[in-house]
Amino acid sequence: MTTDLGMPSSGPGAPGAHGTAGVPRLTDGTALTKKDFTSDQEVRWCPGCGDYAILAAVQGFLPELGLKRENIVFVSGIGCSSRFPYYLDTYGMHSIHGRAPAIATGLAATREDLSVWVVTGDGDALSIGGNHLIHALRRNVNLKILLFNNEIYGLTKGQYSPTSHVGQVTKSTPLGSLDTPFNPVSLALGAEASFVARTMDSDRQHLTSVLRAAAEHRGSALVEIYQNCPIFNDGVFDVLKDRTEAAARILHLADGEEVGTAETVVVRDDRGSLAVVPRAEADPARIVRHDESAHDPSAAFALSRLDSPDLGHVPMGIFRNVQRPTYDDSLREQIASARTGEVTDADIDALLAGRDTWTVGA
Amino acid sequence: MSAKLVQKLDRVVIRFAGDSGDGMQLTGDRFTSQTALLGNDLSTLPNFPAEIRAPQGTLPGVSSFQLHFADHNVLTPGDAPDVLVAMNPAALKANLRDLPRGAAIIVNTDEFTKRNLSKVGYVENPLDDGSLDSYDVHPVALTSIAVEALVSFTDLTRKEKERAKNMFALGLLSWLYTRPMDGTEAFLKAKFADKPEILEANLAALRAGFNYGETTEDFAVAYEVAPAAMPAGTYRNVTGNVALSLGLVAAAHRAHLPLFLGSYPITPASDILHTLAGLKRYGVATMQAEDEIAGVGAALGASFGGALGVTTTSGPGLALKAETIGLAVSLELPLIVCDIQRGGPSTGLPTKTEQADLLQALFGRNGESPVAVVAPATPADCFDVAVEAVRIATTYRTPVIVLSDGYLANGSEPWRLPRTADLPDIAVEFATEPNAVDDKGQPTFHPYLRDPETLARPWAIPGTPGLEHRVGGIEKADVTGNISYDPDNHDHMTRLRQAKIDGIADTIEPLVVDDPTDDADVLVLGWGSTFGPIAAGVRLARATGARVAQAHLRHLNPFPANTGDVLRSYQRVIVPEMNLGQLAMLLRAKYLVDIESHTSVRGLPFQAGELADVIATAVASVSDVPLKEAAK
Ligand SMILES: Cc1ncc(C[n+]2csc(CCOP(=O)(O)OP(=O)(O)O)c2C)c(N)n1
Ligand code: SF4
Ligand SMILES: [Mg+2]
Repeated sequence: MTTDLGMPSSGPGAPGAHGTAGVPRLTDGTALTKKDFTSDQEVRWCPGCGDYAILAAVQGFLPELGLKRENIVFVSGIGCSSRFPYYLDTYGMHSIHGRAPAIATGLAATREDLSVWVVTGDGDALSIGGNHLIHALRRNVNLKILLFNNEIYGLTKGQYSPTSHVGQVTKSTPLGSLDTPFNPVSLALGAEASFVARTMDSDRQHLTSVLRAAAEHRGSALVEIYQNCPIFNDGVFDVLKDRTEAAARILHLADGEEVGTAETVVVRDDRGSLAVVPRAEADPARIVRHDESAHDPSAAFALSRLDSPDLGHVPMGIFRNVQRPTYDDSLREQIASARTGEVTDADIDALLAGRDTWTVGA
Repeated sequence: MSAKLVQKLDRVVIRFAGDSGDGMQLTGDRFTSQTALLGNDLSTLPNFPAEIRAPQGTLPGVSSFQLHFADHNVLTPGDAPDVLVAMNPAALKANLRDLPRGAAIIVNTDEFTKRNLSKVGYVENPLDDGSLDSYDVHPVALTSIAVEALVSFTDLTRKEKERAKNMFALGLLSWLYTRPMDGTEAFLKAKFADKPEILEANLAALRAGFNYGETTEDFAVAYEVAPAAMPAGTYRNVTGNVALSLGLVAAAHRAHLPLFLGSYPITPASDILHTLAGLKRYGVATMQAEDEIAGVGAALGASFGGALGVTTTSGPGLALKAETIGLAVSLELPLIVCDIQRGGPSTGLPTKTEQADLLQALFGRNGESPVAVVAPATPADCFDVAVEAVRIATTYRTPVIVLSDGYLANGSEPWRLPRTADLPDIAVEFATEPNAVDDKGQPTFHPYLRDPETLARPWAIPGTPGLEHRVGGIEKADVTGNISYDPDNHDHMTRLRQAKIDGIADTIEPLVVDDPTDDADVLVLGWGSTFGPIAAGVRLARATGARVAQAHLRHLNPFPANTGDVLRSYQRVIVPEMNLGQLAMLLRAKYLVDIESHTSVRGLPFQAGELADVIATAVASVSDVPLKEAAK
């Protein structure tokens, strides 16, 4: 049996609404600065950790939202990356390993007036918390999930993670890791995510543009951020930080544009698979133009499969950005349409009594 | 009207038993409603298989529903049925050993076929071989008479007609015990509103059953059980799970907090999720999570945001929630965790009752992680305990574990309705202003600055300007809440968290002892769902002249302040529990009193008679006065 969910046609949950609709904004003429989002806590990541750059980018970006600071909440799990909330002067919760998406779901579902962000690591999100991550994405809870991917367990001092490449030698895999890694973008797309993007700690401008798009999106947004851990997995993304190498490897995803580099371009073969070919050899009819709002996630998924362990080609940017009802808006809508006004003592009395009562006289 | 004799009884215990597809739970429920409306006091015990549909006609497929009703106060569903309604040979075989000699058995003879008999290992038909001679057997061809009564329903298949046999049985029992059937008729009309043919067939079968009783010679007498003298008020019949659900809603209303339930289905707790999911009108939000960890996580997230976060589960789920409950202990946020206990360990006995999660509730987390624990005593008491749990959680900013169990969850009893306005006022105040000044003399907020009285920390919810702060599971400095690895601070905070929970004892009622003669040497102390059987056992024992005191713990952590004094004032203290002595162990450790543990883990509540014997033996050992022969 299906039933009309009574989807909101206006208000914060309306189709196409802004991700922060319903969150109180600063009054006109006032603005916050990066400093307003900096807490008094000493930042304790290792020198050179990519987390610093991400923190700076987020602190620099948040004022742009124009939201009241007290209506922003960061919820994290456990890991180096998950210390993040302590350094932001917003409301925050440093929770337990892997559970932040679940905790944030309860918060977002009950508080439409909050902008809720989740900070998680590759181990936190994809190992212990894999189940919560996929379900938060499937439900499309209005959460912005920042997944700091350093392909290693940082906090526990260097064991391999579910994104470490096969054969990676770490403390717990002295002869090389055996298991196939997750591709976080493919995983998120497979979990019905409505917004999926990838960016990098060192590219402040790109990172900020992705944060902006994620914040605008109403629904769950998964943002994978390549992050360098100089202590336990130094340099895994270095080829993407070198200007010439990056130009040859990064496939920039821009809505409506061809996907490729200066020299190469992505084409689709007869079976729908994608390949990166030199521009000169590309059949113009087969060149892939990116459509981030395509309803069918297959094209975005195919793009995510262009990754290779040697970082030969790395799509960067927004893979998918589609509108569908969010769990939290829909839940609030169900409640709102069931309500008949303020609940009074008399309403509760009637609820307690139910249908079959009898009275015993004094 | 009937020219038959009507005889008065003071109490009756009926057990309806049949195949799980026979509708015995519904039949029992309806008979209970009719009985409640008549004003009898009552108590019920459904008992069903773990399998949804075990093979038809087999012993594992037997489902039963027991009801005890009386013209006086009723404490348990009754030790032994006076009447068994057996819808097939399996139902007879599975239940016969519980029947005292002389009990009445109403059997559906249609199902006593060779095939059905052999399914349960009957070589001879017990209805013919004399093995039931010491019972008062009433053979009734229930199925065929019901089908016969529905001849005019030409659109219904034989199967559909056969399905109405439970209504026929209900009609017959309604006649036998003079119960009005209007309630059931109204119920059927609502249930089958869009299936008029099925509705009419059910109504016809119900009336046919009633008329059969009136006309057949097999039933010479009808019985009446007069209403019980109950305190004045408006009543309804309620199961523990429904009472618990309603208690949560009423308490959230009194606390002016939106209720958020995060839950993962598990027997016997799922009905709370079902009930609350239907109460959106009252602002209740429910989320069926991906697992128990997410259920409690979402509830904690909701609490962080200023809602009343609730999660419901059974033992295996409580195990999964442990880490998150520990986080809630550290965050010092309100959280309600309802554990509807069932037989364990592991999957154990999903549909059977047990109270073996007490130690898990108290200690099943890493580190020193104290939480408040409360337990309802009866199905209706689940309401009051839910309200009390919410009071403690919101006042002390702590997780509270409610330990109900399968017996309370599905059992029912009359409940005198409270008035919402009379429930405790538990309105919560969120923090709205800075509560300290920083080194620069600026106003600031210290999330762990405690209320001197309750030791509770302020509840400052996101959206409150100026109180932005971070909380987490890492140890935090007293007052400021900043991360701290300082040894002395950790020692201090660990003791503070314990002291906060211990301090709850200041606001709970003392342990009350029921000792009519005021000179008993033996105390029987229980907790949770054993209340009814213990009270019934005590009543039986007192009827033989035994001087025995009874007390029951609602608060398992902390214990009421006078608990030690009470325990020490008796020569012998007996603690019956449906586990291997968990409360007994706690009491011995804490109060150094030589508790005598009496335990049973059969998946079923204690029997009053069994407890009466235990009490009688204990009383005899400390008294010179001989007891009368028990009037059983
Ligand atoms: C229940 C539980 N299991 C294990 C740990 C230990 N632990 C803490 S962080 C972590 C892995 C963190 O890796 P990742 O999520 O990639 O974060 P990073 O430190 O790399 O930022 C582990 C295994 C824990 N804190 N809790
Ligand atoms: S261990 Fe790695 S990820 Fe963790 S703080 Fe140090 S550099 Fe950063
Ligand atoms: Mg990592």
